[in-house]
Amino acid sequence: MNIYVLLKRTFDTEEKIAINDGRIDEEGAEFIINPYDEYAVEEAINLRDEHGGEVTVVTIGEEESEKQLRTALAMGADKAVLINTEDDLEDGDQFTTVKILEAFFEGKEADIILAGNVAIDEASGQVGPRLAERLDIPYVTTITSISVDGETVQIERDVEGDVEKVETSLPLLVTCQQGLNEPRYPSLPGIMKAKKKPLEELELDDLDLDEGDVEAKTKTVDIFLPPEKEAGKVLEGEIDDQVKELVSLLRNEAKVL
Amino acid sequence: MSETKEKMFKGGGFLIEDVAAEDVITPEDFSDEHLMIAKTTEDFVLGEVVPKIDKLENHEFEHSVDLLKKAGELGLLGVDVPEEYGGLGLDKISSSLITEKFSRAGGFSVTHGAHVGIGSLPIVFFGNEEQKQKYLPKLATGELIAAYALTEPGSGSDALGAKTTAKINEAGTHYVLNGEKQWITNSAFADVFVVYAKIDGDKFTAFIVERDYPGVSTGTEEKKMGIKSSSTRTLVLEDAEVPVENVLGDIGRGHIIAFNILNVGRYKLAIGGVGGSKRAIELAVKYANERKQFQTPISSFSLIQEKLASMAVNTYANESSVYRTVGLFEQSMGKLTDEQLKDGKEVAKVIAEYAIECSLNKVFCTELLDFTADEAVQIHGGYGFMQEYEVERIYRDSRINRIFEGTNEINRMIVPGTLLKKAMKGELPLLQKAQSLQEELMMMMPEDPGTEPLEQEKYLVKNAKKIALVAAGLAAQKYGEKLEKEQELLVNIADIVAEIYNMESAVLRTEKAMNKSPEKAQQKLLYTQVYAQEAFNRIEAHAKETLIASESGDTLRMMLGALKKLTRHTPSNVIAKKREIAANLIKEEKYIV
Repeated sequence: MNIYVLLKRTFDTEEKIAINDGRIDEEGAEFIINPYDEYAVEEAINLRDEHGGEVTVVTIGEEESEKQLRTALAMGADKAVLINTEDDLEDGDQFTTVKILEAFFEGKEADIILAGNVAIDEASGQVGPRLAERLDIPYVTTITSISVDGETVQIERDVEGDVEKVETSLPLLVTCQQGLNEPRYPSLPGIMKAKKKPLEELELDDLDLDEGDVEAKTKTVDIFLPPEKEAGKVLEGEIDDQVKELVSLLRNEAKVL
Repeated sequence: MSETKEKMFKGGGFLIEDVAAEDVITPEDFSDEHLMIAKTTEDFVLGEVVPKIDKLENHEFEHSVDLLKKAGELGLLGVDVPEEYGGLGLDKISSSLITEKFSRAGGFSVTHGAHVGIGSLPIVFFGNEEQKQKYLPKLATGELIAAYALTEPGSGSDALGAKTTAKINEAGTHYVLNGEKQWITNSAFADVFVVYAKIDGDKFTAFIVERDYPGVSTGTEEKKMGIKSSSTRTLVLEDAEVPVENVLGDIGRGHIIAFNILNVGRYKLAIGGVGGSKRAIELAVKYANERKQFQTPISSFSLIQEKLASMAVNTYANESSVYRTVGLFEQSMGKLTDEQLKDGKEVAKVIAEYAIECSLNKVFCTELLDFTADEAVQIHGGYGFMQEYEVERIYRDSRINRIFEGTNEINRMIVPGTLLKKAMKGELPLLQKAQSLQEELMMMMPEDPGTEPLEQEKYLVKNAKKIALVAAGLAAQKYGEKLEKEQELLVNIADIVAEIYNMESAVLRTEKAMNKSPEKAQQKLLYTQVYAQEAFNRIEAHAKETLIASESGDTLRMMLGALKKLTRHTPSNVIAKKREIAANLIKEEKYIV
């Protein structure tokens, strides 16, 4: 099986976000593999171990993203590709990402592409489905179980807490949800082996793309932090009065009614 | 040129040589692989061990065994074991980072450390081919768990005073061991013990003793103040039958193994101390930000800030020096051939070369942890006294570190003793340096160190080295061989030397980082400025006391005059700098560099 994983480098979940000049301050921040993409890497390795083949992890990013690719290789992926846009692109959106990936997958025989359900930074959840659309293959999102038998694929997906069972076929793109598996820790032998595994670096040029082809379709107007959480309020008095006050607060202060 | 390099890498050499920033290894030099190994360890400890700490503290040791095996699957037990014997044979930086990250696991870090360190390493270093083949592959995976049995009820620091006996049986096939070993870490579940006993009453010898041998048993679990997650029992040997092929190393040469293993135990404890301190800082600063009194987070009070800054400053200096020591191992091992690296004795020899550094790091890093744990409790106020808070356990767990692997008192006294021995053997030109310094002092004019970053700190380091020579030289001159009995002076000298090692390591690390990117080294610079100033003040006090105890009258006045010249400088404003340091800690809510 030709297995591909789409991977994104994101802020560590422990990081505190600070905004500087309208941009998220990355100074000194720790980065990780987007946790949902980690499920994808783990599942890809399991599929390969069961059915044979090869796992390739792909990321779009900058030089620094190599670290997350190496981590995926240390977990057990076979090959990695870094599409380095550091010199070519100031910023991009989901369109940009999909366009680049579409070019990357041109002429490749991918049996299955696994991606995270969302990235924990921008959380659009769009790249997987849009890429499948461009590649003209079926996709299933938020999967929590997958088994492949020949061309047939049985999937369970999380639908707002309920389970939906889907039967589909290869080639296929899926996005992975929490509960699919427990990603392994990269073992020390794995880390040492990862050093020697192939990591290919591409630029837009190599994919016959130029900046104009991938120009973002959206514009980020503003970035701001959520309002600081205030201390809770305990209402007092008769129950009837409390309910009245609560409704009034929800209407006038929280403005949710 | 190459000759000066050789000198520089000598144990204790930092005291008399000028060392360049490029020649020390610092945490900023770790490779991506090192950082990945650290991350795997951290994720393992947080994901697998921390959720079980309550059970471990409750002596449910089946979890300890299970966790060790899981650690083994990830390769976390095989780093110091050569590849030929089923390990990974990685460098000492890798194993040190694992040790640091395990410190978060409290008493379980002692379980892990005893297994991979003092338990397995005697076989790695001194086992013969058959012993290595038989035990190491299983120790590297956790299939077998190791323990180390040196201490006895009547012999602690005086390890060679052990009473356990070994006598060969009539058939000549087995040694029969009798005696009791005390406070043996991992004893509830260890499969293999490295045991010391005296053959025929005088030949101190190490043995590999399996738990299942006839006559081997363990006592009841000790009730300890801290590190409750680790198992501690006596090992009882009653006519225990140990096959003759299980003699480890040479008969009558057990002390060589014991002393070498102590060196390893010491630097590893030091690294654990640094790891523990980082955690204590994180807990303290988070709490200080959350806790409000007088409607204000207590982190906005400058006295709390002073505490946080002091914790971080001292952590930085100790982190710099302990990884410098690990770097020294690496640099020296880099010169060994593959064959030598496989032969553990050569590796042990490299570590033994830096026995002074190991002792200094052990003393200062364990005292660092006591300090940061204590201040973390203090910042938590009454809550820090309650068991629901992690700092309460850290505080109790910390205390043993100053006692085991050689008490800090013993380790302090090792330092001047070893320095003197090296000087006598001509390995370190200490005496020559001391003599030329005497002449220099007569004509010395105070210098102006300049105002560029680190110039003042380098000046303080340079003069501190001179002060060390003056104080140690005078004491040696006055007491000669009887200096051994002047334990207070020996400890003063050890403290001066340790302060110098920390100070210089911080300066060199910061300098190296500034050479790369001055903007990114600002916090490091602040740490270094504060540490150098405070360490220098302590050095001055130790030196003064030493001089006063060694001389009197005009000679004393003259020596104090020389000390005054050497200590003349314009001190930096540490209060202001600590506030700056604390502001960054409070923002990041953890130890940052």
